[in-house]
Amino acid sequence: MEQKIFTVTENLPLTAAVYRMRLRGDTTDVQCPGRFVNLRIDGLYLRRPLSVCDAEGDCLTLIYKTVGEGTERMSRMAPGTRLDLLTGLGNGYTTEKSGPTPCLVGGGVGVPPLYLLCRRLRAEGKRPTVVLGFGRADEVFYAQEFRALGAEVVVTTADGSCGIRGFVTAALEGRTFSYIYACGPEPMLRAVYEQTACGGQYSFEERMGCGFGACMGCTCRTKYGNKRICRDGPVLEKEEIVW
Amino acid sequence: MVDTSVTLSGWRIDNPVIPASGTFGFGYEFAELYDINCLGSLAIKGTTAEPRFGNPTPRIADCPSGMLNAVGLQNPGVREVRERELPRLAAYFRKKVVANVSGFSVGEYEKTVEALSGEEQIGLFEINISCPNVHGGGMAFGTDPAAAAAVTEAVRRVTDKLVYIKLSPNVTDITEIARACEAAGADGLSLINTLLGMRIDLRTRRPVLANRTGGLSGPAVYPIALRMVYDVYAAVKIPIIGMGGVSSARDVIEMMLAGATAVEVGAANLVDPYVCRDIVEALPTEMERYGIRKLSEIIGGAH
Repeated sequence: MEQKIFTVTENLPLTAAVYRMRLRGDTTDVQCPGRFVNLRIDGLYLRRPLSVCDAEGDCLTLIYKTVGEGTERMSRMAPGTRLDLLTGLGNGYTTEKSGPTPCLVGGGVGVPPLYLLCRRLRAEGKRPTVVLGFGRADEVFYAQEFRALGAEVVVTTADGSCGIRGFVTAALEGRTFSYIYACGPEPMLRAVYEQTACGGQYSFEERMGCGFGACMGCTCRTKYGNKRICRDGPVLEKEEIVW
Repeated sequence: MVDTSVTLSGWRIDNPVIPASGTFGFGYEFAELYDINCLGSLAIKGTTAEPRFGNPTPRIADCPSGMLNAVGLQNPGVREVRERELPRLAAYFRKKVVANVSGFSVGEYEKTVEALSGEEQIGLFEINISCPNVHGGGMAFGTDPAAAAAVTEAVRRVTDKLVYIKLSPNVTDITEIARACEAAGADGLSLINTLLGMRIDLRTRRPVLANRTGGLSGPAVYPIALRMVYDVYAAVKIPIIGMGGVSSARDVIEMMLAGATAVEVGAANLVDPYVCRDIVEALPTEMERYGIRKLSEIIGGAH
């Protein structure tokens, strides 16, 4: 973990409620996909944890949905705003076990951290399939960006207004993959876990106090004992998950 | 050169800054960031006789100028603390620690203190009779003078180490509890624990915390904590460790003027992991600014 100052360079809506913020700063310790940063926001006490969508050179990309006071304040930040970030938090995904044809499954704002992961997997010559689940067509984001990385992209929407009708599990039916990487709401993670036979890494979300393992605010049970989502997670191996 | 040292019932520490229990784990996360030997001491995670998972999540909620927590005393149990956590901590931290102990019965407090009493690493016991996030124990002992005295007496009997009782602010008259603990043999007092509060999610119309309520800490509680330290200082003769929203060297000085001998820093560690180091570094300059040469001389100076 390090405390660093970043400067907002871009902050634009991708959909009605989802924004992409780009920041300039030292991205050294967020190069591992699936890690997160913890932002200090003026006027709010606790920091806000956000997963890293991409980190390249001195450019950090965060994608967030306006769901509360913190993200609403973020959406009003203009380029030039300086932000205090704790970087390099969480364990992140590893690519060693992915095999040649992994599947990346993202639901809603669970999609962003899969982007850097997909980029890393492609750089290693792997052929990932990316399943992106949303509610409606106007909520879909980043399908083109994943395609541009050379991944096979399947979009699902709950109401069928874009891609396959249904949840992400509809896109997984009848297919086999070498490994699963998942990030999204817990019911989605569980459905993917139950539907797929291969191993995988699942990224969890929880309300956090510190984000670096001090307060025990985000503890969960696993087969190998209690783990802190912020420090020992957010990524858990399939075999250790307890629902 | 200014003198930042203070003495808690005969235990001298280099400066009054102590990270508060539950906001500093067992110190490792912070030892990665800075040399934690700059601290006066540190209060370890609240320990119970048996391991505890704590409450279901969400356990944390943001608040104006503060936060709620309902962790519920998650800890690995006294055996693990004695055999693993304290030895591990010794590799990073040369100084003695404040051992925070919780329980659900008088017997459990006794058992946990007894199990830790032989540890050289422990400078004093901080007996938590004020956790608002557990049921059937914790705060129940801290809101009744007779129960508070019973825990104090029991713990006093099983250890020769210093016994400080950590008091709850969720009472009508904190000085009454403070006096009961003093009469029962406490070496000192530690205050305040968190204030019981809650938040409701407007979308779900349900409490944000799975435990419904939690303990409020952070700058929001600082003036309340300061007032309570001030009142308790006037009511007892034993030393006080003051805490509640302390976030800066000036807050430390103000808390000491109210009557604290040492000061714990809690919630601030979670939003600014370097805050305790920064407070220790800022203290000499702030002391000079206010004409203080020896910090221990200002204790209770506002009375």
